[in-house]
Amino acid sequence: MNNSAENLRRIQKSLKKRYFVERCFLWSGRAAITLGLLAVLVLFVDITSKGYGAFRSTEILLDIHYDADALGIDNLHDEKQLAFADWDVLLKNALREQFPDASGRKERKQLYGLVSNGAGFDLKERLIANPKLLNTSEKVWIIADDDIDTYYKSWLSGDPYAERMSEKQIQWIEVLDEQGAIALKFSKNLFTRGDSREPEQAGIWGAVMGSLFTLAITFCLSFPIGVAAAIYLEEFAPRNRLTDFIEVNINNLAAVPSIIFGLLGLAIFINFFHVPRSAPLVGGLVLTLMTLPTIIITSRAAIKSVPPSIREAALGMGASRHQVVMHHVLPLSMPGMLTGAIIGMAQALGETAPLLMIGMVAFIVDIPQGFTDPATVLPVQIFLWADSPERAFVEKTSAAIMVLLSFLIVMNMTAVWIRKRLERRW
Amino acid sequence: MPDMKVNEKHVTVGKQFHDDPRMTMRNVNVFYGEKQAIHDVSIDIGKNEVMAMIGPSGCGKSTFLRSLNRMNDTVEGCRVEGEICMDGESLYNTKLDVVELRARVGMVFQKPNPFPKSIYENVAYGAKIHGLADSRIDLDEIVENSLNKAGLWKEVKDRLHQPGTGLSGGQQQRLCIARAIAVTPEVILMDEPCSALDPIATARIEELIKELSENFTIAIVTHSMQQAARVSDRTAYFHLGQLIEVNPTEQVFTMPEHELTEGYITGRFG
Amino acid sequence: MQASTLFIIIIGLSIFGYFMGQGRALALAKPLGGIRKLHSLPSYYAAQAALFCALPAIVLMGLWLIFEQPIIDSLVMSRVEAGGLIESKADYNLALNRVHNIAAGVLSREGQQSVVLAAADNLNAFRTNARLALTLLALSLSVAGLVLGLRRIRPDFRARASVEWIMSGLLMACALLAIFTTLGILLSVVFESIHFFRSVPISEFIFGTSWSPQTAIRADQVGSSGSFGAVPLFTGTLLISAVAMFVAVPVGLMSAIYLAEYASRRTRTLVKPTLEILAGIPTVVYGFFAALTVAPFIRNLGESLGLDVSSESALAAGSVMGVMIIPFISSLADDVITAVPQSMRDGSLALGATKSETIRKVVVPAALPGIVGGVLLALSRAIGETMIVVMAAGMAANLTANPLDTVTTVTVQIVTLLTGDQEFDSAKTLAAFALGLMLFVVTLCLNIVALRVVKKYREQYE
Repeated sequence: MNNSAENLRRIQKSLKKRYFVERCFLWSGRAAITLGLLAVLVLFVDITSKGYGAFRSTEILLDIHYDADALGIDNLHDEKQLAFADWDVLLKNALREQFPDASGRKERKQLYGLVSNGAGFDLKERLIANPKLLNTSEKVWIIADDDIDTYYKSWLSGDPYAERMSEKQIQWIEVLDEQGAIALKFSKNLFTRGDSREPEQAGIWGAVMGSLFTLAITFCLSFPIGVAAAIYLEEFAPRNRLTDFIEVNINNLAAVPSIIFGLLGLAIFINFFHVPRSAPLVGGLVLTLMTLPTIIITSRAAIKSVPPSIREAALGMGASRHQVVMHHVLPLSMPGMLTGAIIGMAQALGETAPLLMIGMVAFIVDIPQGFTDPATVLPVQIFLWADSPERAFVEKTSAAIMVLLSFLIVMNMTAVWIRKRLERRW
Repeated sequence: MPDMKVNEKHVTVGKQFHDDPRMTMRNVNVFYGEKQAIHDVSIDIGKNEVMAMIGPSGCGKSTFLRSLNRMNDTVEGCRVEGEICMDGESLYNTKLDVVELRARVGMVFQKPNPFPKSIYENVAYGAKIHGLADSRIDLDEIVENSLNKAGLWKEVKDRLHQPGTGLSGGQQQRLCIARAIAVTPEVILMDEPCSALDPIATARIEELIKELSENFTIAIVTHSMQQAARVSDRTAYFHLGQLIEVNPTEQVFTMPEHELTEGYITGRFG
Repeated sequence: MQASTLFIIIIGLSIFGYFMGQGRALALAKPLGGIRKLHSLPSYYAAQAALFCALPAIVLMGLWLIFEQPIIDSLVMSRVEAGGLIESKADYNLALNRVHNIAAGVLSREGQQSVVLAAADNLNAFRTNARLALTLLALSLSVAGLVLGLRRIRPDFRARASVEWIMSGLLMACALLAIFTTLGILLSVVFESIHFFRSVPISEFIFGTSWSPQTAIRADQVGSSGSFGAVPLFTGTLLISAVAMFVAVPVGLMSAIYLAEYASRRTRTLVKPTLEILAGIPTVVYGFFAALTVAPFIRNLGESLGLDVSSESALAAGSVMGVMIIPFISSLADDVITAVPQSMRDGSLALGATKSETIRKVVVPAALPGIVGGVLLALSRAIGETMIVVMAAGMAANLTANPLDTVTTVTVQIVTLLTGDQEFDSAKTLAAFALGLMLFVVTLCLNIVALRVVKKYREQYE
């Protein structure tokens, strides 16, 4: 060739630069992957390191004397007496006995601040559960105040955070520590209580129940409706404008910002239909509308994966199209649909924004008992706690996130398991 | 019925070597993972020669062709053993750069695969990546020359900036040939270039191959014996990964030396 | 009777109808020589009876419950209005609330106007009557349906066709729900927005540059007239989305390219699901992470470089949002990149192009429409993302393009305006719906364009 040799020379000359570009490109790809993986790692490490402490809370061993006179109680079955009794007196007495050196109003107040504000009610429950304790004494582990909890944990890890502590309190804690009367115990409150203004009393159980009720509604509505819609679109819908319009709507709804669904819930469900605010019912309705597109899309994919030969075989036997769907298509595509439903539920479980719009963001102490009780859900609880100024809530928030993430992980793993075990490959 | 089993100690019959070779292959074995696709093939391709490779489907002729410009590198788990040299330089030697090699050994594929770009951009692509043109004028010249050589210039000169995918199948394949020529290769490998084309387009490509053989060395894999007979100087017959026979084309089709070759060309199997 | 009890009774009746129907069909078939003499299987006759029994009654109940409250309200309030107490819409709502509260016994009856008290009594009476009427109507409809369904059981009756026709209708109704949802969204945001634009001109809303939605309680307060110029919100949203895309597009695209073109199968099966974890993490978690970890980190970093970084900088919220969007872009891009036929790559490699040249000059341009579609979808998601910005971005509506400053977004303002108890009809809450309308329209356009582009692209290679 005329200029073949010349071209070859040019190519050889260009090689060094081109291979340099090639290497840069490859490394930028590796960098991108590393960055992504690093983000996952940092996120999990950050949350875990912040939150693992919340699973144990500081408790103080006190010698409690259930003094009927101090409480002003003579009959343990009298609700009124129990309600009006000053349970904190028991704690105050015990603390004064433990540390007689506390003198003056200020120091006393600091002394009483060692234990949680709500700890008196724990004693009430103990006494009701075991009436024989009245006028006797026992050693009880009492939950400490959140500031004490924060200090004690940071002190144990060798980096004490004493911002909100007084000199005296620090001394007392050292004394308690020497006596072995202060320790970290598994935090039962975290898993059994509702929200509270006191970090050490706050738990996620109320939010978990709220999430459960909300998800129950979401699942009961969105799964059957989603599957029915998918069956209609895949098996019965004629190819016409209406069907196309439905499909455009579904695809678009899948990408509509979730907060818009909250606006819909507020304007239509609450203001027009007067569904009770803040209740799992309305939350479930909103999340149903939000997850429907996901469930419809995955269910359609599952139906599509059933080969036409099965339909033809059944139709050839004289089955009606409805019978084909009910007897063959539906059972065969069920694993795929279930997978889609679980993924949809996981999405609903993590959703926060639309629920803020419909009032599920209220401060709710009681554990919800039904679908119309005011409730909050786990992610909203996280949002509320993240907004709280107390340092101890950071730990709680992270712990709640860990619980939420483990729910999500379990759900996704179940979905993967179902897909692997039950889904048939054609 | 000839014996179709693979012969372990097989010897290729005919004139497998050439006095003035461009490419020399010695004891080439190709593996896909555990599976061996090419068994101990030795053959030369001469300068400005058209070498046809025929054989029943799955006989490894495409695999062999793809190892001549190291396209098999892109296949995961593919391994080439033996010696493949071009102008005395080994291809699988680390010294020879694969970019350079592929610029020197062009390839045309079974299905026309123009890039989703304009006709002009398709042809200019190779020149651009290799930096063969100093100016727009140079590039225009390269495009025109290559399209001319591929016999496509007259048909497309008025629509150079329309997408290459809009051409007919035969035109697309000629576009791909023009694209390959634009980087001035020494050897052009063609992997069943006409299998996706109609008879008229096929005839046009075959004509083109003959014209190109004046300037290029061409190795063509084909499943059409007539095509091999029409365009090639020498023909190699592959059977189950082995090279059975290499002889001048006329001889292969009139009096094949090996009974397997005879069986194939007389249509007893294929 | 409670609606739920009524519902359970109707369902019970319907189940009863099913067994009645089945019994009747079997009894009919016996003298004829077995069920093969019937047109359909007995279960179809039974299902027909059950559906006839339940469906009309439940539809009636649904419609009744939807329209009961508004109708009763308007009936009750017509007297109050005639009493001359109502001057504006806000008054109307206040009065309505009062009537409701008195009726429910939440508000004491003492010191209330007699019209209101009468209305409250009326409300209770209407409610009781309405419930009674509903119970009677629904039950009779249900029984009538049951009787009709049972009487239609004859050997030559095409029960299967009838049942299947009803089933098809139900299935279709479920599919139509998608349209109704869109309609519901439109209605809810459009109506309230129209209300809003009556008090605040639309031009001021879209082009105004000052946003302070505090409407004063007393007219003489400072800043009593809240200003509703949404431009700072739009720019804030765009700024944060831009930061997010700036992080997500290169990282997402490069990881997709690496996974699709370079990575071994093993790496791919390990890395891909790990990256997709990022997509499954709830946004509230990202918000917490952004507010507590990333924002302080960026501020300290800025300080050590001598930069003045806000503690709620757009950079912090945007970059965390970017991390959230990475898997979104990478999995969409991965799909379109792997859809590019191998023959394109072969064609380029055979000409001597290096791998990266092939990717940059052939594969990516070929996949570009799909990638652009994916990026648009991601952008729509970034614009509509709420929790990260609520938790990590600020409330101050600054008109700035500096990512180190604090900005606020459309979604943050929607949440701020609507959380907490507020009068529903105040300009403040209505503004949230107007913002919602903007958000819906913008994301709708982005989604439609993106879905079109992606679909077209898929067809090209299928």
